[in-house]
Amino acid sequence: MKTLAELQAIRDKARMQMKMRGDNREAVRVVVGMATCGISAGARPVLNAFVNEIEKRHLENVVVTQTGCIGMCQFEPIVEVMAPGKEKVTYAKVTADKVARIVAEHLVNGNPVMEYTIGNVMK
Amino acid sequence: MSMLELSLYILDIAQNSISAGASIIEISVDEDTGSDLIIINISDNGCGMTEQQASRVDDPFYTTRTTRRVGLGIPLFRLAAEQAGGKLTVKSRPGRGTSVTASFVRSHVNCLPLGDISGTLAALIRLNPNLDFCYRQSLDGNSFSLDTKELRRVLDGVPLDNSEVVSWIAGYVNEQIELLSGEGNAKPGQNDLK
Ligand SMILES: Nc1ncnc2c1ncn2[C@@H]1O[C@H](COP(=O)(O)OP(=O)(O)OP(=O)(O)O)[C@@H](O)[C@H]1O
Ligand SMILES: [Mg+2]
Repeated sequence: MKTLAELQAIRDKARMQMKMRGDNREAVRVVVGMATCGISAGARPVLNAFVNEIEKRHLENVVVTQTGCIGMCQFEPIVEVMAPGKEKVTYAKVTADKVARIVAEHLVNGNPVMEYTIGNVMK
Repeated sequence: MSMLELSLYILDIAQNSISAGASIIEISVDEDTGSDLIIINISDNGCGMTEQQASRVDDPFYTTRTTRRVGLGIPLFRLAAEQAGGKLTVKSRPGRGTSVTASFVRSHVNCLPLGDISGTLAALIRLNPNLDFCYRQSLDGNSFSLDTKELRRVLDGVPLDNSEVVSWIAGYVNEQIELLSGEGNAKPGQNDLK
């Protein structure tokens, strides 16, 4: 049973961690398309997979946000990764099982997974 | 384009509320075996629509007949309801907010399952930790609710998008849904958060 006591414990632990962290690092942004086209193509599990994977690897300077329809509905779910000082990388037809690799290779090691980018998916 | 779970339509209709600048979004799912209906409501305090605008989004054919871009979200939700013997209504007042209600005949062959409601709530909260979501679900008069405003009081400054907080919320909602559907022994609401 989930109890309020449990939630309070989570709060106290989070407070300790917030104190230890400096949050002035420049963040990498992972942007998931969440318009009707994105959601119906499977954006929800992709979004939740990103958040879980980022958490599992304790990546603290990554933020996951949403955008609307960017006019390429047939390539949804679309995920854009924007790292400071680097060109935006757009992934197309992303599924939850592609997420672990994008996180490992791109977010952790800085190498975009070319195979999953929109340019390659369109071919 | 279609979706296989009612919870995905809920996520999509809530996106309209977010785009409308809402700060509070209330979602309810009421299921009643007596009347054989599922009623879903999504209400917000966003910018709202004039009567004229609201009547347009309610028309599923408006999209195809105009060159102006009109979205798919409401027409698709309406279609899902109508295909399951129900209907959809939009009530809106400019500057006040919008309320979208869809009904479904539970036993209808085309009535979609509710699906992963905790996944929908987790996605909404993760992406919008500064908005308040109030979710309520009932079955034959038994109900539970989850209100981020109340959680915020407990969390006292710790953000709602903290991953352990989101997992707690998803776990809580899943447990309460199980209790509602009678898979557990306890009654829902026994673990009332208020
Ligand atoms: N909750 C709301 N508050 C204010 N305006 C709304 C609301 N819901 C819908 N609208 C208006 O109705 C329009 C149509 O909504 P609909 O969900 O059908 O499509 P969309 O959101 O524009 O695009 P899509 O859903 O395809 O991503 C919106 O663009 C908006 O102008
Ligand atoms: Mg919409």
